[in-house]
Amino acid sequence: MTVQEIADILGLRCVAGGKSLEREVSSGYVSDLLSDVMGNARDSGIWVTSQVHQNVVAVALLLDLAAVVIAGGLEMNDDALAKAKAEGVPVLSTKMSAFEAVGRLYELGVRGDV
Amino acid sequence: MYRKNDNGQAMDPAEVTPCGAARPSSEPVLEMSFEVGHYDFAAAGEAASKIKQVLRKLGMAPDVVRRAAVAAYEAEMNLVIHSVGGSILLHVDTEKVTLVSCDEGPGMPDISLAMKEGYSTAPDEIREMGFGAGMGLPNMKRCSDSFSIESEVGRGTTVTASIRIA
Repeated sequence: MTVQEIADILGLRCVAGGKSLEREVSSGYVSDLLSDVMGNARDSGIWVTSQVHQNVVAVALLLDLAAVVIAGGLEMNDDALAKAKAEGVPVLSTKMSAFEAVGRLYELGVRGDV
Repeated sequence: MYRKNDNGQAMDPAEVTPCGAARPSSEPVLEMSFEVGHYDFAAAGEAASKIKQVLRKLGMAPDVVRRAAVAAYEAEMNLVIHSVGGSILLHVDTEKVTLVSCDEGPGMPDISLAMKEGYSTAPDEIREMGFGAGMGLPNMKRCSDSFSIESEVGRGTTVTASIRIA
């Protein structure tokens, strides 16, 4: 399933990286600890988090993640958003809690352990 | 920037990294150095990102690039959060990618404690950003084929991580 398809079905709002939504999502990860994500998220994964600062974009780039989902209705910081746009990292925003977002992703067939 | 070797002789400046740690002795295919500033969160991740690009351009296997990128990122964040500032040396030879992260302080009093998963000395405001989970050094070690830390309180820390190319 692509980032675009997931965003459409779950009603996620794309706030950055709209040109890179055709990527296939390999897996999912949820954490607010950056080193946890660095150590465990997979290539082309979708990452659900409540962190909203620039380093989120750095982690997504280094791991080649397919997209970042900012849960809980949080707004990403302006500098982070600018960086995500400049680097073409898809950032999707949702009012759903992280728990709900992960549950819905799982329902769509996205798995953590692949 | 000046260091003596084990015999007490002054080493050629070419043999030492920008902050004084010994350089890998092998003939490099490529060598680059990146300065990392204390608490420079805006630029944090840029060194790792550059290292990743360079390794990719060299045609390294995706797994090697990924492990080096993760190790470089953790080294970079450690410099940003914990050191007075330092540098990361990328040294690529025909057998491996080596990252040497070094700083000039404050140094670690207990390396085995620092290596313990979950242990961190990061302050609260850093933890709130999702850092300081106590996973950085263990992540680096996991990504490396060889890994070592030298540290002296008041002098600084050198972390060396190597990843075999083939």
